[in-house]
Amino acid sequence: MTAPTLDALDALESEAIHIFREVAGEFDRPVILFSGGKDSTVLVHLAVKAFAPAPVPFPLLHVDTGHNFPEVIAFRDELVARLGLRLVVAHVQDWIDDGRLTERPDGTRNPLQTVPLLDTIAEHRFDAVFGGGRRDEERARAKERIISLRDAFGRWDPRSQRPELWNLYNGRHAPGEHVRVFPISNWTELDVWRYIRRERIALPSIYFSHRRAVFRRDGMWLAEGPWGGPRGTEALEERTVRYRTVGDGSCTGAVESTASTVDEIIAEVTASRLTERGATRADDRLSEAAMEDRKREGYF
Amino acid sequence: MTDLLRFATAGSVDDGKSTLVGRLLFDTKSVLADQIEAVTRASVDKGLATPDLSLLVDGLRAEREQGITIDVAYRYFSTPKRGFVLADTPGHVQYTRNTVTGASTAELAVLLVDARHGVVEQTRRHAAVLALLRVPRLVLAINKIDLVDYDEAVLTAIGKDFAGLAASLGFESVVTIPVSALVGDNVVERSERTPWYDGPTLLGYLESVPVTGPEIDRPFRMPVQYVIRDHATDYRGYAGQVGAGTVAPGDEVVVLPAGIRTSVTSVDTADGPLPAAGAGRSITVRLADDIDIARGDLLAAAGAAPAVTNELDATLCWLADKPLRPGARLLLKHGTRTTPVIVGALGERLDTDAVAWVEGTEQLGINDIARVALRTADPLPVDPYAEIRATGSFLLIDPPSGNTLAAGLVGHPLQVS
Ligand SMILES: Nc1nc2c(ncn2[C@@H]2O[C@H](COP(=O)(O)OP(=O)(O)O)[C@@H](O)[C@H]2O)c(=O)[nH]1
Repeated sequence: MTAPTLDALDALESEAIHIFREVAGEFDRPVILFSGGKDSTVLVHLAVKAFAPAPVPFPLLHVDTGHNFPEVIAFRDELVARLGLRLVVAHVQDWIDDGRLTERPDGTRNPLQTVPLLDTIAEHRFDAVFGGGRRDEERARAKERIISLRDAFGRWDPRSQRPELWNLYNGRHAPGEHVRVFPISNWTELDVWRYIRRERIALPSIYFSHRRAVFRRDGMWLAEGPWGGPRGTEALEERTVRYRTVGDGSCTGAVESTASTVDEIIAEVTASRLTERGATRADDRLSEAAMEDRKREGYF
Repeated sequence: MTDLLRFATAGSVDDGKSTLVGRLLFDTKSVLADQIEAVTRASVDKGLATPDLSLLVDGLRAEREQGITIDVAYRYFSTPKRGFVLADTPGHVQYTRNTVTGASTAELAVLLVDARHGVVEQTRRHAAVLALLRVPRLVLAINKIDLVDYDEAVLTAIGKDFAGLAASLGFESVVTIPVSALVGDNVVERSERTPWYDGPTLLGYLESVPVTGPEIDRPFRMPVQYVIRDHATDYRGYAGQVGAGTVAPGDEVVVLPAGIRTSVTSVDTADGPLPAAGAGRSITVRLADDIDIARGDLLAAAGAAPAVTNELDATLCWLADKPLRPGARLLLKHGTRTTPVIVGALGERLDTDAVAWVEGTEQLGINDIARVALRTADPLPVDPYAEIRATGSFLLIDPPSGNTLAAGLVGHPLQVS
């Protein structure tokens, strides 16, 4: 019996499943960082496939900025209930309320996620944190390892990364340290969408075209919300939009789009002239090295 | 069906590797508007007339400051025929570490030379490391042919020079392609300035070469990663990624190191059972007999099982600043098993300049490649690396820091003739 050769998605899926199983075999307390976005939803789907028919042997962690799209929270809760997973939520608001964090003048909470994330990792003694980061997202990620060591302060040191050879991952770490694990490192945005189509993976409705009241700021369409806006001369208008990433409502922009199915989104992404972060995340525009700086300080 | 090719690039500093990779990304339309804009802006700031495509592929801040590439970077592009994962391995002082890392997952390597300089010391070193890691296919890209007036004689001379080296290193075939990364000749578009060249463009070759490595034709090997038990359905299966060969229901297998024989009853995935699974596929295997199997064990074809041994004769690529001396007590990770190891005598060292094995030294320093005897606490089922990469490769790990110290290859995968 000859085995069929693997196509690109099969190969990427097998690689991701291998990584999930390595971590389950070598770590005591893994967790999947879950935002409700497409990459983390694909991650959960892969985790389910890695351990089927047994349940996924670790919980999900959501760092909740409080600036949410209600559709995403509903999606999260439905997914967790359907799969029988355990969900840990770190509310950024709790850190603001007790003074461990201060609200930024611009109201953006994306940069505030780092401290709640690290505190929660320490509190639950998580030793491996799965994230949906991909190396094609942005130049600073191109050299990220699949299993990446973080010190007790959550910091990433690009200078002293362990070489990653064959498919032999070295996850050894000292007490207090943890690793970040990126099972879909080698996927591109298009691979993710094609996989969503092939596997019929459900996503939050905001990924698909809909009418929404939005206003223009820094070249992006932002949704109205308690996080600030519209302000000054910014005016609300109804637009046909969709989101390409899910994040903090204050800085995640919508793009004008009529793509209402996965097929239409694939067509749009194929023809796209902007990478997803460039198009929709205000905080990545701060500087070219913004991502690298945030990674150093423990954000993904 | 589109498939996936993993390949690596290697070359010495200034041969134009960043430009070539930037060109591949640019000409396959894998670079998007905002990235082009950023590079154009940066190029104008540097006083350049045309966008410097090498800026597309330079990553971390430290490197931007120093203007050199210092670590393996992964790039992605695709054509309608195929997806590509490119391990871009920079060539300077850390070249062994980087080339070994990039080559370890590659089915093909593109080695770059500057048409004006031809085969230089760095070329020989890189070729030796690629041969040691047994990258199945090699492309020699002769770059900057615009600077030698597209002269056929130059290509022929370099090609001949390299062919001798490649043959002595055991490469079965080398494809030589004249390119200009800067101008774009023969990278994606066929050049009109090289009418004497009738071979494929670089991308054309990358698109057409078979992706399956030699692993698929070897006997079945699968390290057990995890035992999947579902109490609700009374399910018990052994999860892993097929390392070599294929496996199908009914196959006789042996569980190592214990040496117990049994047969496969089912090859499962979350999407249902498969009639057979080949190298690279993640599966869950169910077996006919109730045997005590755990993470760290290996399932292997019963008729062609590997030797189980505590004594390894191996080749090491030393990747750490801290030197290695005989007597060192370290950890060895092979497949899914990690076991204590004691380093014995050091043997011959690879002189990468002369590309020859030479008399050994007292200790190994960073980037050294040498033969070594190892004694492991647990017996390991190993194959020679030259035959099966999955069961012939291992890591050496520093117990206190957990750092990866060496890439290990069972046996002597590089014979220089
Ligand atoms: N004339 C010419 N110059 C090239 C070519 N490829 C690269 N270069 C130049 O060679 C220099 C080194 O190229 P770079 O890509 O940075 O080399 P790397 O160190 O190998 O990554 C740069 O000035 C490039 O513009 C080529 O095909 N023709």
